[in-house]
Amino acid sequence: MSDSVVDLRPVKPAPSPASMEKPSVDFSYVGIDAILEQMRRKAMKQGFELNIMVVGQSGLGKSTLMNTLFKSKVSRRTGLGSADERIPKTVEIKSISHEIEEKGVRMKLTVIDTPGFGDHINNENCWQPIMRFINEQYEQYLQEEININRKTRIPDSRVHCCIYFIPPTGHSLRPLDVEFMRRLSKVVNIVPVIAKADTLTLEERDFFKNKIREELQANDIDVYPQKEFDEDAEDRAINERIRGMVPFAVVGSDQECQVNGRRLLGRKTKWGTIEVENIAHCEFAYLRDLLIRSHMQNIKDITSSIHYEGYRVRRLNECNAQTNGFDEQDVTSHEL
Amino acid sequence: MTDQMMSHCPLTPHLGLDVAASLLLAVAQQKNLEGYVGFADLPNQVYRKSVKRGFEFTLMVVGESGLGKSTLINSLFLTDLYSSEYPGPSHRIKQTVQVEQSKVLIKEGGVQLLLTIVDTPGFGDAVDNSNCWQPVIDHIDSKFEDYLNAESRVNRRQMPDSRVHSCLYFIAPSGHGLKPLDIEFMKRLHEKVNIIPLIAKADTLTPEECQQFKKQIMREIQEHKIKIYEFPEVHDEEESKLAKKIKDRLPLAVVGSNTSVEVNGKRVRGRQYPWGIAEVENGEHCDFTILRDMLIRTHMQDLKDVTNNVHYENYRSRKLAAVTYNGVENDKNKSQLTKLDTVEGISPLAQMEEERREHVAKMKKMEMEMEQVFEMKVKEKIQKLKDSEAELQRRHEQMKKNLEAQHKELEEKRRQLEEDKANWETQRQLEQQKLDATRTLEKNKKKGKIF
Repeated sequence: MSDSVVDLRPVKPAPSPASMEKPSVDFSYVGIDAILEQMRRKAMKQGFELNIMVVGQSGLGKSTLMNTLFKSKVSRRTGLGSADERIPKTVEIKSISHEIEEKGVRMKLTVIDTPGFGDHINNENCWQPIMRFINEQYEQYLQEEININRKTRIPDSRVHCCIYFIPPTGHSLRPLDVEFMRRLSKVVNIVPVIAKADTLTLEERDFFKNKIREELQANDIDVYPQKEFDEDAEDRAINERIRGMVPFAVVGSDQECQVNGRRLLGRKTKWGTIEVENIAHCEFAYLRDLLIRSHMQNIKDITSSIHYEGYRVRRLNECNAQTNGFDEQDVTSHEL
Repeated sequence: MTDQMMSHCPLTPHLGLDVAASLLLAVAQQKNLEGYVGFADLPNQVYRKSVKRGFEFTLMVVGESGLGKSTLINSLFLTDLYSSEYPGPSHRIKQTVQVEQSKVLIKEGGVQLLLTIVDTPGFGDAVDNSNCWQPVIDHIDSKFEDYLNAESRVNRRQMPDSRVHSCLYFIAPSGHGLKPLDIEFMKRLHEKVNIIPLIAKADTLTPEECQQFKKQIMREIQEHKIKIYEFPEVHDEEESKLAKKIKDRLPLAVVGSNTSVEVNGKRVRGRQYPWGIAEVENGEHCDFTILRDMLIRTHMQDLKDVTNNVHYENYRSRKLAAVTYNGVENDKNKSQLTKLDTVEGISPLAQMEEERREHVAKMKKMEMEMEQVFEMKVKEKIQKLKDSEAELQRRHEQMKKNLEAQHKELEEKRRQLEEDKANWETQRQLEQQKLDATRTLEKNKKKGKIF
């Protein structure tokens, strides 16, 4: 009776034959799953960080959508007057941070706005300031990481997710949209949304979405959730369903109105009220679930493990090339 | 060069009898008729003639792709000018802005209208949109040129009017204000064509947002001094109220649709959403009915008149003035004019170039001359200053010399004085001695006497 393999499972005492009662003490329970509770407590103490960038022409409802997503006034418009803002001459990057809390879980949310994108007559290279900003954030994190005396918790200012607003023309993507998404899908997770979707009827919406998906595929643009990062069959199933709905047609509103005696977020027009959270009206609920309720951690993981690592490899290669005396132009770079 | 040769005079849709009547009144006394003459039937005659002749109207639509221009045209004229087989913008990937014309003949109630729609696909769609308005300007100018040539011909029987009578400019419903592209385009075209700005896809905006947006747009239009098409002053009480109502709702917010849906048992044109139906012809939902009435039912003739009297005349006077710049009177040249580009073998544009060059050369010469004069004057002044300096120096020398001389004199005098003093001193000494001597002598004498 020599077992070459030692069985480490605790042996259950043989149940007494006639006993139908449960034993008063469960000897088989070790308590490994209590680690989840410990992690939860730690996470709640630490809090989360999320950096979202919103990109799109002015007047597409970016700030309103941010306010609707987080059910509070998080966008930059709240402090200033809304109607009289001038379009800035070059694309600026403005980031606003908020600490919000829900059920004991704290989150530091940073909304990065890009006023001036696509608003000028000549929009050549309007994506450059944005690419530079994203790379700067990666650089900052990299510097912190290679420091000799590192902080225990490096403040994470990398852009986790970029929401790109597509104007609801109903026909196809514009050249500017294609250019921007092509360049940025390589460095950050892009979530395209159709802005102000209350312009489109349901048939127009479906047609538009199909057109957009075709164009994205034709131009080799991989938006979130990316096909290549699916880990297993279960993920793939979920992500396929999401990919079938991308881009989400959203309507934002931070004002409440009365519908059937209830107060809901919505837009009131003369021919009806558009409810923001009603999935028959628009797909805002899906977007919110994706970004916050189900895939937030996944987004952050992809940013840190794939995009950031890619940047890091490129940078370190550059440094190596420099020290080894190679020509710097040999190194590929995603910057223009 | 006169910019507006005629002030805009409102002509009624039927005839210019108002103007004719007022002219007559200016030269003739008003006479009351004693019986029925019958010229009150003139309006009908004109009316019958124009109906036989038919009308023409050219409408241009400008705006970014996807703003519903084609749908709106279809809804306005209830035709399928842009049928569903017409390649939409997704198929038209153009590098430059094209200008396309489509003509359609519409008949209604015995009146026929030759409608030309000028479309501008590719406007504002590229990444770099500088000068995307240039093809539009060129098109309008070429139409004016065609009409000018046709007008100046000897045989003028057939004069088709293909000038652009009105331009519908579509503004995207961002809710914030005009984009730089909108402002640039309108600034360049408001002197060439009647611009009617419209807010496209107005079912995106709630009524409050719409009001706000309209106010913002009107403010910006006034700020940039853009002259959009203005409704003519009407003298009728009722009509002026209507006109004022329209003015308050500018720019018009429109929704287009050619599909009919069912609302309360009626079939109307509209767009069906999950939350309701936006009706196209409902005045509370959008301003489509106002646009249609204004464009077709009430102001079509006025648009043509403004184009003819104001924009075309501006173009014409500019063109002809450039040709006749060398001092020939306008009238004389007009009658001699057959083709515009054979005056002295130089086309007006080249003429303008040459004049500009001359002007610049003249300016340069003047500048040089002025500089020379300036320099000369400066030299003179310097010379004068030098002279006066020398003068001063001289006088200073002079004075010093004088002073010196005086000094010397004084010295001399002093010396003299000293000398005199010394002399006098010696004299005195001598005198004293003498006196002493005499005194002693006397003493001695006295003494001697004793002897």
